[in-house]
Order: sequence, then structure tokens, then C-alpha cells
Amino acid sequence: MDKFKTLRSKLVHLPMHNIDTDQIIPARFLKATDRKGFGDNLFRDWRYDQNNNLIDGFPLNDPSTQSAEILVAGKNFGSGSSREHAAWAIYDYGFKVVVSTFFADIFKGNALNNGLLPVQVSQEFYEKLLDLQSKEEVELEVDLESQKISVAGKDISEQFEINPYKKKCLLNGYDDIDFLVSNKSEIEKYESTRNAFAN
Amino acid sequence: MAKTLFDKVWDAHIVKKVEGDQDMIYIDKHFIHEVTSPQAFAELKKRDLPIYRKENMVATPDHNVPTLNQHLPITEDLSRNQVDTLLKNCAEHNIDIYELGHENHGIVHVIGPELGITKPGMTIVCGDSHTSTHGAFGAIAFGIGTSQVAMVMASQCLLQSKPKVMRITVDGDLNPGVGAKDVILYIISKLGTGGGTGYFVEFAGSTIRQLSMEGRMTICNMSIEMGARGGMIAPDEITLEYMKGRDFAPKQEVWSDFEAYCTSLKTDEDAQFDMEYNFDAKDIAPMITYGTNPGMGIGIDEQIPSLAEVEQVDSFKKSLNYMGFEAGEKLIGKPINWVFIGSCTNSRIEDLREVAAYIKGKKKADNVNAIIVPGSRRVEQQAKEEDLHKVFEEAGFLLREPGCSACLAMNEDKIPEGEYCVSTSNRNFEGRQGKGSRTLLSSPLMAAAVAIAGEIVDYRSHLN
Repeated sequence: MDKFKTLRSKLVHLPMHNIDTDQIIPARFLKATDRKGFGDNLFRDWRYDQNNNLIDGFPLNDPSTQSAEILVAGKNFGSGSSREHAAWAIYDYGFKVVVSTFFADIFKGNALNNGLLPVQVSQEFYEKLLDLQSKEEVELEVDLESQKISVAGKDISEQFEINPYKKKCLLNGYDDIDFLVSNKSEIEKYESTRNAFAN
Repeated sequence: MAKTLFDKVWDAHIVKKVEGDQDMIYIDKHFIHEVTSPQAFAELKKRDLPIYRKENMVATPDHNVPTLNQHLPITEDLSRNQVDTLLKNCAEHNIDIYELGHENHGIVHVIGPELGITKPGMTIVCGDSHTSTHGAFGAIAFGIGTSQVAMVMASQCLLQSKPKVMRITVDGDLNPGVGAKDVILYIISKLGTGGGTGYFVEFAGSTIRQLSMEGRMTICNMSIEMGARGGMIAPDEITLEYMKGRDFAPKQEVWSDFEAYCTSLKTDEDAQFDMEYNFDAKDIAPMITYGTNPGMGIGIDEQIPSLAEVEQVDSFKKSLNYMGFEAGEKLIGKPINWVFIGSCTNSRIEDLREVAAYIKGKKKADNVNAIIVPGSRRVEQQAKEEDLHKVFEEAGFLLREPGCSACLAMNEDKIPEGEYCVSTSNRNFEGRQGKGSRTLLSSPLMAAAVAIAGEIVDYRSHLN
């Protein structure tokens, strides 16, 4: 997993609420057996029409946002299917941070396990950001160590929550596997006390 | 201290507490399928790690298998490759697999309970959000991502923050023609698709207690659709009766110990929940969805909300625009060309019996394509033993072979662009049943009635 410390970037805003993982990556693109290349099909049916032409007006298709590494979306982002391919697709496309007023649980976990930082902001921050973005080009700054998200050059910022363990993993580029495997003796000890009906 | 059912099962699975609020919890059963496991096997290989407890794993291909001619090789290259990869990985690691054509094959969330693999008090995971289904037995069961599939393969454990616990109590007798699917669609329509986020949900109350195991599975299955990690229902005599004699259920000689253990798996009287909701069964009508998330449901005789009644107007309008419906209108009388009866929500024998009972002696409308996809080979066999297949055939319904099928359209079973499908599955997201398809979620009974009428109908006037 890649490390995450700080990021300053332009943003892409998807103004919809309840964006589910079927929209992020439709099921017909889940047939690969490796993790690469899902970014090509990120938001496939919102980005492309039947003839595979880019749909004008969809924010990801706006040429001015092509270098953006922060995705901002309406509330309840990532609901539905547990497919980790959704987090892979967003990351593979080039985003490092997703901002929303709240995230579906499984998506949030999947994002954190792939170096993609979900930043949950207040409704107030979200609205201020959108208001400003409608008037001028905005860049966001995200600092994981201090758990702070701010609008570059403006007096708009807020603290965000992250589980301290997950924060450490992200700062250092660790994942859970090594930690879990290093606890083998404790796992074996637990197994010796397991309920007989749990098999 | 008084504990909830969830607390009891969770606490019994803590291997150790880890910094930052994380519990390292032990996973009793790990189901895998072809779509979310290949990258996890690859991850272990890359790290040169073995599968830690292959005996805790069960595999079956379900998501993109064809539902016709399963005895022949899969024709679609990418699907065949995924299914072959699963077979190869399971053979290499000696993991139990019920492949296509096996008598135990089926949708992972149908076969687990059906074979008695799913048991009260267990922790169960699978790389699939509808793993919540298994909670109907009083298990903690939840969907995970592929990175977590790899973690469980490597250690049989996961690091998790303990979720908050919600109780949803439904009391009273259900109205005629109303079943478990209507109950859960009603609850989601009240709480919204994010109403359960951060919570595990225990379903309780006299209405829930009266439901069969199939009905309880339908309820827990869709708890993820309100954002909850999972749902659970305390085991009782209905649970035990269902489990008795199943292949992997506890045997006769330990049955009384098992009964005693199950009796302990319930919420203590004084236990506190982080959130509680109460609903009255008599308020619940047959439900149908009109929009593009499972929270957008109404009673069959109600109207789609008007713009003045909704909070997120832009998202609501986008959704109705996709569906081709107007705010404030009724759905009754809308022509429907496709009916799908299947998925891990509603493809069990009880669902097929309910459909057969309604359509017996009737014919589907000419405009309708009605497809029934059983949840497992055993459901299919049982249906045939009961001659249900003859009822389906005479009514013009097609009975297919088991799989996830048109619930998510990863195989050939897709609803054409722009067409409406009344579906017993769990998600009505844009394009869920095929690009441009329009899904209306309902119970099997509603789906059967729509297939006969060729349009959306309030079937209550047709019930005996």
C-alpha cells in the first residue's frame, strides 16, 4: 500500500447523494482476476454514452479537472455492493482522497485498505466548499498527520476523524495482513477455546 | 452486565484488543466466490503466505455463472476464466468447493444455511455485502472487501472497530398478502439507505418471531441496503427446527447441548442499544420501489412522493428521470415486460412455493418474460419433487439453473435497456440488471401477480 501524508490538489465534484458502488464500477467490469486497470471503467455509464463517447457535462469529463486527485461527492458515498473494485477504480483513475459528508461502512474500510483516504466533512464545510467552487477555482489541502482538510489560501478548514490505527497504517503504508499473521500464537490460543458449535 | 445478542457473539470472538479501538476478531466461517477472491489468492501468493485454516472455508461460483446448460463449458471468456481461477485456487489449496452441477451448488448465501454450515453464534464473512443473510440464524455475518478476504485467508482474523448496535422491533400480525420482503422494504423506506450506517441491527418483535427462516433470511439479507453492516435475529425453536438434520448441522448426540447453547444466544432483558426503532406490522402494505435505491419504496396503493415531500430534490429528480416516472403518480397499471424471481434475497423453496400457489392455473401476460432462478441445486430439486416446475411451465414461466443471474447481470441474464423489471432481488440501482435497465423491487408474490397481469397490480383483491 502507498503511504499517504499530505496532498494539495484540485477537486472534482459529483453533486449526487447515495452514489453506490454499482455506479462507481458496474458489475460487468468485475471479471478481472487482478487489481489493475479498473480506472478506465470508473463511473463508466455516467462517463460514456452507448457509442462510447464521453458525455458532456459529467464532471469527470471536464478537461479542467483532469489533474484533480480529490473526489468530492454527496452524502452516503459508496453504498451497496462490497466490491473493493470500487476503491481500486477510484485510486487507479488517479484520486488519492474522497470527500463526502458520510461514507458507507464497507466502502470506507476498502478505501483505507488501499491507500485511498476517505475524509468525512460536516455539511457546513461541504456547502461552503461548493459555494466557493461555483465562483472560483478551488484547491484543497489534506494533512493526515494533523487530520485537517482546508481550502488552499482561504480561512476554511476543519478537522476530520480517522481511526488512530488506520491513520498509522496509511502514514506508513502498512496493511493489516502482516500484523494479523504476526499474532499467530494468540490466534492458536484462541482456537483452543473455541465453541464446539462454531465449526 | 446485560448484553445484547450482538455483544455476546462479538465478545466471544475477540482474540485480542488492539490499539485505536480495534478488536482482532476470529472468523468461524469464510465463504468465497469467483468474483472477489482471485486477487486475494494472488496477494497471499505474492507474500508467500499459506492459507491458515482451509477447513474454515467453503467456495462456490455463483455471481457470473450461466443459468442455462450448466453442464456445458461457460461460453463467455471472462466469466469462464474467473470460475476456472476459483476452481484452480481451491484445488491448489484443498478448499471445499461446490462447483457447477454439484448437488450442493448454488448462491453462497442460499447454500450456507441450506447445508447447515451457517450456525447460531458464529462469525461469518464473505466478499459479498449480502453475507448479512446468515445473521438470520443469530450469527454475526457481514460482507468484506477483497483485501479483507486475503486477511482472513492468512490469519482467520480481521481487525474491526466494534459497530454500534441498533434494535428494530416489529410487532403484530402481518396484513393478508404481506410478507418478509414487504417488511424489510418498508423499514428501509423509513430509515433510508444510510439509516443503518455504523450499526449492526438486531431484528426483534412478534412479527419477526412468527417468520419462517426463509423470511428471516430475506430481512437480514437486505439490512445492508439501509447501510447496516449486518442484521441478526436470535435463534429460537423455528431456527432449530430448520437446522435439524441438515448435512453440517450438529448431530443427534450433541443436539441437546446445541439447543442449550442456542437458548443463551439472546439479548438480555436490560441490555441497552445505541438506537431503537419500533414498527407496527399493521402499517405495512405490499411494497414496491419506484426509484434507484432500495429506500425509494412505497406501499402498492401509495403515490410516488411529490417534490415537496423529498429532501434531496436533485438526486430524486435524477432517479425518477432514469426510471421514467413522475413525482406524485401511482405505479398501479404501469406495463411491465420482465419479471425476475431469484437472488440471495428471494430464491428459496418457500419463495418458489408462494409464486406457484399464486400462478397455478393462470397464464403469464403475453408481454411478460418471467424468469425463475432457484437459489441452489437443492431448491431446484425440491421444486421439481413438488411438481412446481409443471406449474411454472404451464403458466409460461421459465425455470432456470441456480446462480445470482439477473440480480446483478454479470452473466447472460440481462434486462434490456429502458425496460422495466419487477424483481425479487435486493438492488434497484441504475443499470443493476443490465445497462439502462429499470428495476422495481418487490416480494415474490408481487412479482408473480405482475407477471400474470402484465402490469403493476394491487394483488390483494385477487387473493383467496
